[in-house]
Amino acid sequence: MSTPTITIENLSFSYPQLQVLKDINLTLHSDEFLGIVGPNGGGKSTLLKLILGLLEPDKGSIRVLGQTPKAARPMLGYVPQFATFDSKFPIRVKDTVLQGRFGTRKRQLFYTREDHLKTTEAMERTDILDLQDRPMTALSGGQRQRVLIARALACDPKLLLLDEPTANIDPYHGENIFGLLHRLHDEVSIVLISHDIGFITRCVTRVACLNHSLVCHATSPVENDLLQEIYGMPLSRVEHETDIGTGVHI
Amino acid sequence: MSFLEALANFEFLAHALLGGLLASVACGIVGSLVVVRRIGYMAGGIAHAVLGGMGIAYYLGKPPMAGALISALVAAFLVSIVSRGAAEQEDTLISALWAVGMATGILFIAKTPGYNVDLMSYLFGNVLMISQQDLWFIVILDLAIIAITVLFYRQLLLVCFDPEFATIRGIAVGAIHTMLLCMVALTVVILIQIVGLILVIAMLTLPAASARLFSSSLAVMMLGATLLGAIITTLGLACSFTWDLPAGASTAILSGGVYLGAISVKKAWDSWIKPQ
Repeated sequence: MSTPTITIENLSFSYPQLQVLKDINLTLHSDEFLGIVGPNGGGKSTLLKLILGLLEPDKGSIRVLGQTPKAARPMLGYVPQFATFDSKFPIRVKDTVLQGRFGTRKRQLFYTREDHLKTTEAMERTDILDLQDRPMTALSGGQRQRVLIARALACDPKLLLLDEPTANIDPYHGENIFGLLHRLHDEVSIVLISHDIGFITRCVTRVACLNHSLVCHATSPVENDLLQEIYGMPLSRVEHETDIGTGVHI
Repeated sequence: MSFLEALANFEFLAHALLGGLLASVACGIVGSLVVVRRIGYMAGGIAHAVLGGMGIAYYLGKPPMAGALISALVAAFLVSIVSRGAAEQEDTLISALWAVGMATGILFIAKTPGYNVDLMSYLFGNVLMISQQDLWFIVILDLAIIAITVLFYRQLLLVCFDPEFATIRGIAVGAIHTMLLCMVALTVVILIQIVGLILVIAMLTLPAASARLFSSSLAVMMLGATLLGAIITTLGLACSFTWDLPAGASTAILSGGVYLGAISVKKAWDSWIKPQ
């Protein structure tokens, strides 16, 4: 077996006076698509920031692609939530996707031919090539999310990390995003955090539930009693059978 | 005598016009960055702290503009240290820099023996007193700002748009932010001579905020803001000459008017014209 994509051992992390993550262990292999679910404040975004090296663990270790998170950054594609952005920012789609080319080589005074080729390729893969000259302000939520995914793909990442890619997107476009991710999974390993459990279980190979500690499950359905355990209150899951061609069935 | 005739006859008026046009370049480029990065308050802090440096230079008998340049850059570094190290108290610390810097300037000016400088001209500008030497100084600062922007446009764009992603892609976000604040400092030094330090913030934010409403990219916004700035400073000077009004204040009020107008046009465009 090759080097695992992510190895996390006995990881703990606290913000001042608030423990967020406790004794996390996780091994992710290169062909996996991991969905991390859990309540708000359960530490999902914090775990993602630790994997990206934006935060340092208090205890335990993280290896990403066999290296420290900071050293692994050039090989990571990160898709943040668009909701946290200034939605009036004047920037075109293509210029946004080109930003993903930073960090792919040492000196970068200008964008090269290769940068433009890779950018076009990433926009083709996410089906937004026809939008490339549009300003971001003119796009719908689903289109913006595709632009951010294209930007993350532009550096040919080995691991794609997504933070709530379907937040603020209507269900139809949310399904389209998951269909896209399912196709991308053939080439890159994916970690996705979301509270959208219904979608997640359709395309991921493994589900992890995170509420300060982490519990992993095979791609079996997330049962109602498990939901209750994680969220700490009775919840029911609504079945909505749709076919997005994932090949993974509940 | 009309404004145009006066321009041809009086050198001081031509200098004032040229000063305004040159200042528009810096204020269009840097103002756009200030608006998209939302650091108007930091820019205000730097602008007001500059009086400290001008006061000290005046007390020591040195050129006030040299004092302004040095203190603007020092203030930019202080603000960048604050925003990196003590982000949770950022607004308090910038307020302190703002007020203490200004007070220092006033104390030094008050203690300077002999004929007392016109404090009002530092605070509200005196564009009609601009000399040829001042104009060359503005040209050099403009060129520095243009060169930095051309070289680092993509990094500045990314750091303003998504600093977290910039960090992950290996960009030195802190250094780019400090560089941006130094560009703000240079622009403040230029604008002090045109509108004075109290009104700097109007010229730094309003033309850019107006241009943003109609821009699809940051570069277009910079060009639009430069153009608007040129129109505003020229009209401001014309109003000042025609009706004998203070030039700095006329210019600042005009930029407020242009911003209100731009918002109205944008609203009308979005609700009536575009849907059809």
